[in-house]
Amino acid sequence: MILHDYDYEIYASLREEAQDKLKITYVTDRYGNYIPDIENITSAQEEWLLKKVEEARKIKVNVSSLPPYLSIPERIWHYTFWIICGAVLFFLIFPLLVIIPLSFNEVPFFTFTKKMLAFDPDGYSLQWYNDFFTSLNWQGAVRNSVFIAFFATIISTFLGTLASLGLSRPHMPYRTLIMSLLISPMIVPLIISAAGMFFFYSRIGLQGTHLGVILAHAALGTPFVVITVTATLTGFDNNLIRASQSLGAPPTTTFFKVIVPLITPGVISGALFAFVTSFDEVVVVLFVGSYKQRTIPWQMFSGIREQISPTILSAATLLILITIGMLTTLELLRRRTERLRGVTPS
Amino acid sequence: MEKNQENISLVTADGTPLKISLARAQRRSKIIAFLMVFPLLLFITIAFIGPIADMLMLSVDNSIVKKILPKSAEALQKWDEYSGQLPDEEVFAAIVEEIKQAKASKQHTKIGSRFNYESSGFSSLFRKTGRKVKKIKSPPFKDGLIKADKRWGEIYTWQVIKQNSSNYTDGYYLAALDFKREFSSGNIKSLESKDSIYLKLFFRTILLSTLITFLTFVIGFPLSYMLSSVSTRISNILIIFVLLPFWTSLLVRTTSWIALLQQEGVINDFLLLVGFINEDGRLAMIHNATGTVVAMTHILLPFMVLPLFSVMKTIPKSYVRAAISLGAHPWKAFWKIYFPNTGPGIGAGSILVFILAIGYYITPALVGGSSGTFISNRIAYHISSSLNWGLGSAIGVILLGIVLLFFVLYHRIVGINNMKLG
Repeated sequence: MILHDYDYEIYASLREEAQDKLKITYVTDRYGNYIPDIENITSAQEEWLLKKVEEARKIKVNVSSLPPYLSIPERIWHYTFWIICGAVLFFLIFPLLVIIPLSFNEVPFFTFTKKMLAFDPDGYSLQWYNDFFTSLNWQGAVRNSVFIAFFATIISTFLGTLASLGLSRPHMPYRTLIMSLLISPMIVPLIISAAGMFFFYSRIGLQGTHLGVILAHAALGTPFVVITVTATLTGFDNNLIRASQSLGAPPTTTFFKVIVPLITPGVISGALFAFVTSFDEVVVVLFVGSYKQRTIPWQMFSGIREQISPTILSAATLLILITIGMLTTLELLRRRTERLRGVTPS
Repeated sequence: MEKNQENISLVTADGTPLKISLARAQRRSKIIAFLMVFPLLLFITIAFIGPIADMLMLSVDNSIVKKILPKSAEALQKWDEYSGQLPDEEVFAAIVEEIKQAKASKQHTKIGSRFNYESSGFSSLFRKTGRKVKKIKSPPFKDGLIKADKRWGEIYTWQVIKQNSSNYTDGYYLAALDFKREFSSGNIKSLESKDSIYLKLFFRTILLSTLITFLTFVIGFPLSYMLSSVSTRISNILIIFVLLPFWTSLLVRTTSWIALLQQEGVINDFLLLVGFINEDGRLAMIHNATGTVVAMTHILLPFMVLPLFSVMKTIPKSYVRAAISLGAHPWKAFWKIYFPNTGPGIGAGSILVFILAIGYYITPALVGGSSGTFISNRIAYHISSSLNWGLGSAIGVILLGIVLLFFVLYHRIVGINNMKLG
């Protein structure tokens, strides 16, 4: 057992209990601090001491955000700072939370009624969810959203992963130039992409077709796949490939048994990004698509413009739930990548 | 001598010198790498670069004049537009014939609206002439055409046609930058500031984007600092507050701001409840610039916090402690030591937010009203409502230019290869 000099306070506070109950002797070290005599200690005593020190440290860490030597203005500033941060966090999350109760509204407005504020069950209703799940407009929108996002994701994930594997090879010519071309759909403002695609796709007859919207969304999604997969490959240890080859594995075996398992988390999170990009995208659908290709965001956009009904809020609530599910998946994937690479998840 | 020996001694098993063999292997590797990238490159070129190039073309395209009025355009070349004389009979004969043909295929209104973008009145001129042109059967066509509409007797009409008869035009760009060509003299003049539309809108877009960037910085900095100073366990929980809005659909966030900010909305109701305002004094926070700024600050805040946070995480805490232990006041230590170290994060976050803000369309369209719309709303208007595609494209190309300029800056600070998500 090793004693740390910054734990003097803890040893001092433990002294009474240690001496009385466990008969641990305390000695004075050369600086004049009372410390347990760790030279002559039984294993039971040591275990108890370690446990106590560990507990005390935890408490100390939580308190130590405010060191005792701070002056009053510094303390005031410290609390002000936390209040500011709390306010910012509130600003970030409140608009999302406020939507959820509003979607159970009984009246067709975006406001809290008196009944709702009094938590009267009559003030709440599921009619907007009912509307969402039965209305032809919304159900068509859900189908289109999933259909378009699904195929756009497949195209962008396949092409993006292949390109990332090429880009990460050591001898890729014109890497920066190609990279900037490939991620340009992410940089160009959506309204400009939408305008250009509207002109170009109407010229080749793809405007107002599902194929047109899928291709447009696939183009918008590939940068995310390229970035996530290349990021996974940056931490890739090429010795693993060499090891596999030197042990006699043919290239296909190396690819499927060594490379694929390692890049899968990156590919999946890239695919997730591509899916969300398509699922959330509205500007391009507005221009390249028509009513037949209406997606959930398209329906929300026109809903807000034409007749505001809380059905939009119920759709929004469902989208928030999907987002939470997706964030959880991403976090699990991140941990898996780190575990596979031998880094402990933080 | 020594060099030679080296060359000879280093050969592969089949006897080829190592240098050649290596070059061959590298070339093969390069080709394989390129073949893997090629499908995506092709796809992006067709599905994305093509449309952008198409828009570039549309912003300067003027081929419609040569397509519908080929002979007149040709004949007008010989005419000196500053001579004070009307063009020859030959020109009149050509244009009468071509308007007759255009009328048959209903193209005359198209060419009319093309000239109308340059000088108003041409739409009605071509429509009216199209109706009457049948009656002009025999020469002199000059008198016949002037009888159909007396504007054909004005030199100005012909000056406009002649100066807009080449295959390419800069007219859309001039209009997009609030310039006007005076066809009677061929000079370019800027519009008076009260008539200016687009420059004002560009200016407003840049101003509001700067304001939004500044606000996200002011709000995001303390939050990122807090996130980077607490333990990982706590910051992993608190970062959800940033990531959840970041991943939530843009439409959802815009909708919630409508619910919050509108006249009958949550914030006004709350202020009324606590007696801060009365029923008539409900605040107008939406359908104006305030709505755009508040909603977009919220929407873009994660783009500021995430890069700032990732930079702040890497700054060792010991720097500030060292400065304080050397006698610096905590504020001075923060300002002189900590703050300069966050520079790359501030740069990356600010440029990212600014680039995104300047091209925003959905949020300004839904909550911006008339004083909070951006230049992108004008692009959308020209494409789907006014159908002046050339002007819409020209505005788009200028906006693209501004964005690319800032992206180059971003590339200098962060580097394309270091981009990360989430």
